[in-house]
Amino acid sequence: MASTTHDHAHHGHDDHHDHMPGFWTRWLCSTNHKDIGTLYLIFAVMGGIVGGILSEIMRAQLQFPNSHIITNGQTWNTIVTTHGLLMIFFSVMPALIGGFGNWFIPLMIGAPDMAFPRLNNISFWLMPPAFLLIMIGLFMNESGSGWTLYPPLSNQTYEPGMGMDCTLFALHLAGASSLLGSMNFITTIFNMRAPGMTLHKMPLFIWAELVTAFLLVLSVPVLAGAITMLIFDRNFGTAFFDPQGGGDPVLFQHLFWFFGHPEVYIMILPGFGIISHVISTFSRKPIFGYLGMVYAMVAIGVVGFVVWAHHMYLSGIDVDTRAYFMAATMVIAVPTGVKIFSWIATMWGGSIEFKTPMLWALGFLFVFTVGGVTGVVCSNAGIDAMIHNTYYVVAHFHYVLSLGAVFSIFAGFYYWIGKMSGRQYPEFWGRVHFWLTFIGVNLVFFPQHFLGLSGMPRRYPDYPQAFAGWNYVSSVGAYISGIAVIVFLYVCYRTLTSKEQVADNYWGEGATTLEWTQTSPPAFHSFTELPRIK
Amino acid sequence: MQLPRRLFAALTLLLTAPLALPGAFSAFAQVPKPWEMGMQPAGSILKERIIDLHNLVLVIITLITIFVGVLMLWVMWRYSAKRNPNPSQTAHHTLLEIAWTVIPVLILVVIAIPSFRLLYFLDHTPDPDMTIKVTAHQWYWEYGYPEQGDLSIESRLIRDEDLKPGMIRLLSVDNPLVVPVGKKVRVLTTSADVIHSFFIPSLGVQRYAIPGRTIETWLTVAKPGMYYGQCNQICGVDHSRMPIGVKAVTEDEYKAWLAQAKKSAGLLPSEGGARQVLAAAGEAANGVQR
Repeated sequence: MASTTHDHAHHGHDDHHDHMPGFWTRWLCSTNHKDIGTLYLIFAVMGGIVGGILSEIMRAQLQFPNSHIITNGQTWNTIVTTHGLLMIFFSVMPALIGGFGNWFIPLMIGAPDMAFPRLNNISFWLMPPAFLLIMIGLFMNESGSGWTLYPPLSNQTYEPGMGMDCTLFALHLAGASSLLGSMNFITTIFNMRAPGMTLHKMPLFIWAELVTAFLLVLSVPVLAGAITMLIFDRNFGTAFFDPQGGGDPVLFQHLFWFFGHPEVYIMILPGFGIISHVISTFSRKPIFGYLGMVYAMVAIGVVGFVVWAHHMYLSGIDVDTRAYFMAATMVIAVPTGVKIFSWIATMWGGSIEFKTPMLWALGFLFVFTVGGVTGVVCSNAGIDAMIHNTYYVVAHFHYVLSLGAVFSIFAGFYYWIGKMSGRQYPEFWGRVHFWLTFIGVNLVFFPQHFLGLSGMPRRYPDYPQAFAGWNYVSSVGAYISGIAVIVFLYVCYRTLTSKEQVADNYWGEGATTLEWTQTSPPAFHSFTELPRIK
Repeated sequence: MQLPRRLFAALTLLLTAPLALPGAFSAFAQVPKPWEMGMQPAGSILKERIIDLHNLVLVIITLITIFVGVLMLWVMWRYSAKRNPNPSQTAHHTLLEIAWTVIPVLILVVIAIPSFRLLYFLDHTPDPDMTIKVTAHQWYWEYGYPEQGDLSIESRLIRDEDLKPGMIRLLSVDNPLVVPVGKKVRVLTTSADVIHSFFIPSLGVQRYAIPGRTIETWLTVAKPGMYYGQCNQICGVDHSRMPIGVKAVTEDEYKAWLAQAKKSAGLLPSEGGARQVLAAAGEAANGVQR
């Protein structure tokens, strides 16, 4: 693929530049893409743990009908809301975009750092205050609208108090973080590729992050607008979403979902990139149909912008409008299918090693297919009348996110942790983590399809007796998944305390991108000399 | 003497009224079943058509998933490093790439055609026989009969402590929406406060109830009985405690119920004393759920 001159920089100490910064400068005022990537990854794990604890509480409450673990409806609604916001904005996005994006975009394109290293740091440091604000909303018990934040339930009449305003402002901060980061990514990818690396020679992970960055730049400002209008309605007497003042609740839905739909592609596209790298490496074959894969991601990104109202089929929009959005949404299945088949074709004729990263990638292929096809069912405006807001939708999006995106994050972790830390994970425990997770999450979410089809609504803390059976199974799955998370933390501990140093390229000939030409871990400053790509 | 005999009859009816409650009745009720895996059986043509289309799509997506799964298992077995130590470097096959683009498009067309037909069928009330106005409140439903002198009834969850035998926890309501069987009922939804959703799985009906907006859909019930639904858009603390009960009755029962309901609502001149007691007893005997 690409070959380069070898970089001889030492770990932690570089002959040509200043000494490495002291601890506080290094970690609070970083201008180093690797350190910032590390900060994001640690932050993502923490966000995922808090979001995960909330989900364990939810599944404990739902294990039996008439349960009294959470007796207060407002508390329940706030937990549901916070779980969603944390997982999306404080776990998946920081991991895939802030974490792996920052670590590997410069390394894969042969750049010494991001285009705007200081801006990169601000992007990260906006996130902890945002997290604190969400926690304020949680502990004040005042964010009970669902992560979708629909007014009137989220306005000052029905959710008075500072907690909701804190939650909304948290999203402003997180949105600003994403915007600044995306601008950084786009500039870096367009301008700082090593000579010889044309766009059509760029690794697929870079393409994925590039499309994701464009989606963020175009959609986050719309969310910001919607949130600002809601904050104004709540605090400054405007009536954007209040019919009594001439406003319309459905306007919020349009604005929110215009962001919200690209958001789900933002969460999965980087994952697609990681999966491509892992499958190629462990099949010892180049990705099948590189251009098809690139343009599939671009198509998913572009079409993803014109399907938002499939979240609004029941809001009183015109039937012809619904027909359009149904057709447009179904179209997205085509490029997505192209990717699934291309990944399988990559493995066809390959020489497959079933190391832990590959297990996660293979798991991804299957669970993302399941989640994808239930998406086709949801896209159907007629059928959606029966499954909208039921557990069928919950099952669908958790399959593509909790299974799809999260599997790709773990694939990336196991693939790259040796490169990032210089130490390798224990293979046995990596497999245990995979299998426990695979069994656990399938047990949680597959029965939820049945619950949804038979009519169980989402965001319910309690349900009629008939739904008890599958809810019990789902909760057992949640406990197994919780144990799997603890195993993951043990894997992290064993990895970071391992004594063995790993090689530059510890995966062998299948790993062909530029990061594998660097030491493990790479020098504090890498590519101080420009590599040239043939 | 007329009055004591009437009183006696009324008292007898009153005392035997509990026997007329739904539990003792052989009335049909469509309820979710334990371990149910599919859609609730259809109580209306709308749900029937939805189930039919879902069955078609389910077959297609199951075949696709099995196909992908089988391909993966084959590849994982045949091309494991042990069995295939020398990987090929093939990265293109134009015919294959065309096929796996065109065939999914064709599959989507097969799904799309009945989908459009269903969407338009569900949307438009074909020659409605009557209209119901559903107003959602935190946390109960208000059913209006605008063609019946603006009759309006409020329907609330029966709380756990008030449940009687034969009632269903979290689904039974005090005043169900009463509709005549077989008639096409136009349903207009709105809300008095936050967004709710009027959702009855067995009748194939769901629409949001949004303040400041009136949304139209329709329902028609094929068979007399009770049909249940729940609020399906997060609306505050008792979101899970505002169920929907629809009672479909024969034309005659509907007229009788309407008359009695209007009387209770003061829309018709009321008669005092034993007559009212009789009416109440008659209502219980009719099995109108309380």
